Amino acid sequence: MRRCLVLLLVAWCTAWVLPAAAQTGADTAYARLASDSYSDIEAGIAALVVSGDPKAGPVLRALTDNRLLYRPDDKALAIKDGATVTDARTGAAVNPEGLKPVRVNNRVRRAIDAALGTLNLLAPDAATRRNAADAVFKARDAAALPALDAALARETDAVVKRTMQEARAAALLARPGAPEIERLSAIDTIQARGDSEALAILRGLSADPAQSVRDAAARGVSGIETRQALMANVQNAWYGVSLGSVLLLAAIGLAITFGVMGIINMAHGEMVMLGAYTTYLVQELIRQKAPFLFDWSLPIAIPLAFLAAGAVGILIERTVIRHLYGRPLETLLATWGISLILQQAVRSAFGPTNREVGAPSYMSGAFEVFGLSITWGRLWIVVFAMAVFVALNLILKATSFGLKTRAVTQNRRMAAAMGIRTPWIDAFTFGLGSGIAGVAGVALSQIDNVSPNLGQGYIIDSFLVVVFGGVGNLWGTLVAALTLGVANKFLEPYAGAVLGKILLLVFIILFIQKRPRGLFALKGRAVEA
Amino acid sequence: MTWKGWLSRAAVAGGLALGTLASTVASAQETIKVGILHSLSGTMAISETTLKDVMLMLIEEQNKKGGVLGKKLEAVVVDPASNWPLFAEKARELIAKDKVSAVFGCWTSVSRKSVLPVFKELNSILFYPVQYEGEESERNVFYTGAAPNQQAIPAVDYLMKEEKVERWVLEGTDYVYPRTTNKILEAYLKAKGVKPEDISINYTPFGQSDWQTRVAAIKSFGSAGKKTAVVSTINGDANVPFYKELANQGIKATDIPVVAFSVGEEELAGIDTKPLLGHLAAWNYFMSIDTPANKAFIEKWHAYTKNPKRVTNDPMEAHYIGFNMWVKAVEKAGTTDPDKVIATLPGIKQDNLTGGTSEMLANHHITKPVFIGEIKDNGQFDVVWKTDGLIPGEAWSKQLDGSKDLEADWVKLNCGNYNTKTKKCGGA
Amino acid sequence: MLLSRIDKAGWIFLGVLAAACIVVPALNLLTAPGSAFHVPTYAVSLMGKYLAYAILALSLDLVWGYCGILSLGHGAFFALGGYAMGMYLMRQIGPRGVYGNPVLPDFMVFLNYKALPWYWHGFDWFPFAAVMVLLVPGLLAFVFGWLAFRSRVTGVYLSIITQAMTFALMLAFFRNDMGLGGNNGLTDFKDILGFNVQAQGTRVVLFVLTALALGLAYLVARFMTTSAFGKVLIAIRDAESRTRFLGYRTAHFKVLAFTVSAMMAGVAGALYVPQVGIINPSEFAPANSIEAVIWVAVGGRGTLVGAALGAVLVNYAKTLLTGAMPDAWLFALGALFVVVTLFMPKGILGTLSERLGARRPKVSTDVPPALAEEGRGS
Repeated sequence: MRRCLVLLLVAWCTAWVLPAAAQTGADTAYARLASDSYSDIEAGIAALVVSGDPKAGPVLRALTDNRLLYRPDDKALAIKDGATVTDARTGAAVNPEGLKPVRVNNRVRRAIDAALGTLNLLAPDAATRRNAADAVFKARDAAALPALDAALARETDAVVKRTMQEARAAALLARPGAPEIERLSAIDTIQARGDSEALAILRGLSADPAQSVRDAAARGVSGIETRQALMANVQNAWYGVSLGSVLLLAAIGLAITFGVMGIINMAHGEMVMLGAYTTYLVQELIRQKAPFLFDWSLPIAIPLAFLAAGAVGILIERTVIRHLYGRPLETLLATWGISLILQQAVRSAFGPTNREVGAPSYMSGAFEVFGLSITWGRLWIVVFAMAVFVALNLILKATSFGLKTRAVTQNRRMAAAMGIRTPWIDAFTFGLGSGIAGVAGVALSQIDNVSPNLGQGYIIDSFLVVVFGGVGNLWGTLVAALTLGVANKFLEPYAGAVLGKILLLVFIILFIQKRPRGLFALKGRAVEA
Repeated sequence: MTWKGWLSRAAVAGGLALGTLASTVASAQETIKVGILHSLSGTMAISETTLKDVMLMLIEEQNKKGGVLGKKLEAVVVDPASNWPLFAEKARELIAKDKVSAVFGCWTSVSRKSVLPVFKELNSILFYPVQYEGEESERNVFYTGAAPNQQAIPAVDYLMKEEKVERWVLEGTDYVYPRTTNKILEAYLKAKGVKPEDISINYTPFGQSDWQTRVAAIKSFGSAGKKTAVVSTINGDANVPFYKELANQGIKATDIPVVAFSVGEEELAGIDTKPLLGHLAAWNYFMSIDTPANKAFIEKWHAYTKNPKRVTNDPMEAHYIGFNMWVKAVEKAGTTDPDKVIATLPGIKQDNLTGGTSEMLANHHITKPVFIGEIKDNGQFDVVWKTDGLIPGEAWSKQLDGSKDLEADWVKLNCGNYNTKTKKCGGA
Repeated sequence: MLLSRIDKAGWIFLGVLAAACIVVPALNLLTAPGSAFHVPTYAVSLMGKYLAYAILALSLDLVWGYCGILSLGHGAFFALGGYAMGMYLMRQIGPRGVYGNPVLPDFMVFLNYKALPWYWHGFDWFPFAAVMVLLVPGLLAFVFGWLAFRSRVTGVYLSIITQAMTFALMLAFFRNDMGLGGNNGLTDFKDILGFNVQAQGTRVVLFVLTALALGLAYLVARFMTTSAFGKVLIAIRDAESRTRFLGYRTAHFKVLAFTVSAMMAGVAGALYVPQVGIINPSEFAPANSIEAVIWVAVGGRGTLVGAALGAVLVNYAKTLLTGAMPDAWLFALGALFVVVTLFMPKGILGTLSERLGARRPKVSTDVPPALAEEGRGS
C-alpha cells in the first residue's frame, strides 16, 4: 500500500515536473519577449529556442513580420493575423486594446534568423531547409551544432546537405573546445565554399591558439584569394557588359534619331524619362487595381512606354523637327528647348521628387555561377538590351518600313520619286527612335532614379556612344556601348570611378582624331563633305 | 504668348528696365517680406522644392495667427535653378530689390558658400536648414541643420556599441560635406582604437548610377572576419541606385548595415524599401516620431499639400524651428532690422517636433536631439536609439587639426572663428 | 581703313556700349538710391554678368557663325579663364580666410594640404594671372584644335568631342584631389588689385571694363572676319573641301580662329568671376555650353552683334522669369528656343534687318549646303 503510494507520487511527479521545466523556460522566454528593450527581446528569442516550445516557430515568424504584439501592463503576447489577434500561447482571441508591436532591430533580426534557421532545418521544403542552413552558417553559433547533426543525419538533398555541412563547419569553428582534427576538416569544408563569407570565417581564425589551424586557415585564405583574384576579372567583365547594356539601351534610340536621321536630338533623354514614368504609372495602376499583376508590370509597361514615347516623338517631329530638315544643327536648339519643356512638364505633373518603381520578383536578388555573383535585374537588362537591338535591326533590315526608312535617309529625293511618302517615313522613323528610347526607360527605371532629371544623366553618354560607334551604324553602337562599358569597369577598380571616366573621355577624343567617323564609318561619297 | 510678352518687354525696356524694376519703390510697407531661396528646377529641385512648400505653409499659418508685429508676412519665392552663381544673384535680388527681412534657403554647401558674401555685404539673415560639414560660423547665417557632432559621431557610437562594428567603409560623394565628415569620423575612429587598415574611404562622383563595382568592393571589404558597417554620405540622386544595387547583391542590414546621413523619408519615397529593412539613418527628426507636435505638423502638411501621402523630413523640421525662432526674435526685438534680430536670436528657444526644446546658441547653431532610425518596409524609420538630451551644435570640429582651437561666439566674442591659442579673431 | 569695316549694326552696338559705359556708372553713382533713375549696384553687376556672357557668345559666333565649327564646349574655355582669375582672387584673401592661414586657401587647410600645389604658384601676381587667363584656354584650344582639325574631324563629330572635352574637365574639376576646391569651387573673394570686390566703385569699374572688353572683342572679331583671313574662314564654313583643293591649309585657319575664340572666352570668364563671386565646376557643364550656342542662335548666327544681343536678352529673360514665374520659367525658356529656331532661323538680328529692309549683314547666315548634307549622314 505504502509502496503503491510512493510509486503513484513518483509517477505523478514525473508527469507534472518534467513538462513544468519546459513550461517555466517558455514562461521566461515569453516574459522577456514582451519588452521594449532589444537586449531582453534577444534573450527572449534564445530562451524560446532552448525551451523547445512548439509555438516558437509561429512566434518568431510573427516577430519578423512585425505581427507580434505585447501589452506593457501585463506582459501579454499576442499574434496579429490579418484582422484577428490571438494569444501567442493559447491561441485564444485577445482584445487588441493597448497592444504594441514588439520592436525589432538588426541585432534582434540576426537572432531571429539564427533561431528560425535552427528551427527550419527539418522543414519539409528543401529550399526552406537550405535557407535555414544558410542562416545558421551566417550565425556561426556553436549552439546550433546538435540541431545541425540531427538534420544532417536525415538530409537527402545533396545541395542542402553541402550547405548544412558548411554551416556545421562554421559552427564547429566557433566552438571553443572543438578537437583540432575536426577543426582542420571544417576549414577544408569552408575553403571549398570559396566565397567572401568563407573568407570572413577563415580570416577570423588568424588568432587561433593552434598553429596547425592557423596555417590551414591561412592556406585557405590564400587559396580563396587567388581564385577571387581570377574571378575578379570575370566579374569586371560581367559588370562591364551590364554597364554596356545600359549604355546601349540609352543610346540605341539615339542611333536612330541621330545616327540614321541626323537629328541632334537633345530631347532624347526625356524620351527615356517618359518611358520610366510610364512604368511608374503602370505600376501605380496595378498596385491600386490589380496587385496580383505586379510581376507583369514590366511586360505591360514595355509596349505602353513605346507607344507613349513614340507618340510624343511623332508629335515633336510633326510640329517642330519637320521644319528643320536640312538644318541639323538647328535641331539641336529646338530639341534642347523641347527637352526643357518636357522636364518641366513632368516636374509639374508628378512633382520633382523620385517616384517609386518596384522590381518584380524575377528581377530581384542574385544567383551564383562558379562563384560569380550575378544579379537577376542586371541579367534581364542585358538580355533585354540585346533583344531590343535584334528587334531594331530586324525592323530596319527586314521590313518594308525599314527599307523605306533607309531609302529616305540615303537619298530623300530619289525615294520620294519612287513613291515613298517621305514625310510619313520621317515621322515614323523619329517615332520609332523615340519609342525605343521609351522602352529603354522601362529598363532604366529598375536601376536608376525615376525623376525629371533622369534623361539628363544619359544624354551625353548616349551621344558619345553613337559617335564612337560611327553614326548611322547600329552595330557600331552595340560595339561602342559594350567597349565603353567593359573598359569603364576595368578602369574603375584602379583609377576610381571619376578618373576612369575622364580617361575614357580622353580616349574617345583621341580616337575620333584617328578615325574621325567612329569605329564603323560608312564609306561613300556622301560622307566626305 | 508669354515668350512674346517677355521678349517685347525685354527688347523695349532693355537695360533701363532693370533700373526701374529695381527701384519700384518698396510700397508694401504693410507687409514683412520673407525670401525663399530654394531650387525649383535642375538637379536639386528634387530635395529643395519641398522646403519651399513648407516655408509657404509656415508663413500662411503665421499670417492666420496675425502675422508678425501686426503685419502680414509675404513670401518672395525665386528659383536659383540649382545653379550656384545664380544663388548669389538671386540672394542679391531678394535682399537689395525685394528688401526681404530674412531669407530661408540653400541646400548644398556650395550654394551656401556662394551666397555668403552677399549676405555679409548686404547685412541680411540666412536660415540654412540642412545638415552640413560644419567648419563655419557666420554672423549673418543661422544653421538650423545638424553639425557633424549632431549626426555623424552619435551614429558611429551607436554602431560600435549596438552592432559591435569593428571595420568601417566610409562611402561618400566627392564634395565638401562627405570629405569633412569622413575626416572627422576617421580621426574619431582612430582615437577609439580602430586600425587604419580597418577603415576604407572612397568617393564617387555626383549622380553615380552604376554601383556594381563599389558594392562588390564593400562586400569583399566586409569579408575580413570582422563586423563591418558602411557610413554613407552619398548625396541625394546617387542613393537610389546605390540602395537598389545593395538589395540586388543581397547585402542585408544584418550582414553589413549601412548608416546614411543624407537619406531621409523623401529619398526613400523613390525606392521599394523592403530589401533595405534595417539599414540605418541618423537624423534629428523622423516623421515616425510620435509626439503631439509632430502629429499636428504632419496633419497640417497633408492638409496644405492636399496629399495625405506626402512625407516630412529633417530639413523641414529645421525650417520649422528656424522660422519660429525668427518670428520670436523679431517680436522680441520689436523690429526686423537685421542687426537687432541677429543680436536677439541667440538664446531664443523653440519647441522642436520631437518633444524637446531647441535653443539658438551663440555660435549660431542650435541644440538638437539625435535619433538613429532603422528603415522599415513602409519607407519610414523606426527609432532604435536616441540621445538622452539635446546636443549643442559645434561649428568647429574638435577632431580636426585646423579647427580644434577655434571657437565661435557671436554674443561675447563677436567672432565666428576665435582662436583660443592666439587669442585672436581670425579671418576678416 | 579699319573703321570702314564696321557696319551699321556694329556702330549702333559700339555706340550702345559706349553709352552704357557712361550712363550706367552715372546713374549708379550720381543718383540717390530712392530716385526713379537710380540703377542699384546689384543691377550693375548683373549687367556686367550679361556682358561677360555676351563676350562668350561673340567668341562662339566667331567660330560657329564664320567658320562652321559648332563648339559645344566653349563653356570650358570660359570656365578656365574664370578659374585663372579665381585663383588670383583666392591668393588675395591671404590670412583673412577662416583658418587664418597666410598662404593656403581655406579649402586646402580643410583637406590637409601642407603646401601650395605647384600650379598655384604665381597666381598671387596679377599680371601672371592675367596672362594665364589667355594662355590656358588658348593652349587647350590650340592643342585640341591642332589634333581635331588636322584629322579633319568636322560637323557633329567635332561638336560631340568638344562636349566630351568640357564634360571630362567638369569631372576633373569636381574632384577634390584636383586642388581647385572641388564642387565648392573658389569663392568668398575679398580684393582685386587691392580694391574690395564688393565695393560699389569696384563693381562699376568691373562693369565698365567688361563693356570695354566686349567692344574690343567685337572689333577683333569684326576685323578678323572682314579681312582676307575671314574670307577664307567663310569659305571653309561653306565648302571646306573646295577651299582645301584651292590650296588653303584649312586646318591652320581653323586652329587660329578656334584659339583666338577660346582666348576671348577665357577673358569673358575672368571678367565674370569677380562680378558673380564664385567659380565652380558646374560652369563646365555641357548644358552651359549648349546654352551659349542658343544665345548665338537667338541673336543671329554669323552677325557678331546678334550673338552679343542674344546673350543679353536670353539672360535677362532668365533673370526676370526665375523671379517672376519660378515654377514655370522653363516652359517659357524652352518655348523661346523652339519658336526662335522655327520662325526666326536667322535669329533676332537677322530677322529684324530683313524686316526693316535694311542692308542685310554682309555675311550670309544661310546654312551652307555642305553642313546640311553632313548632318543628314548618308
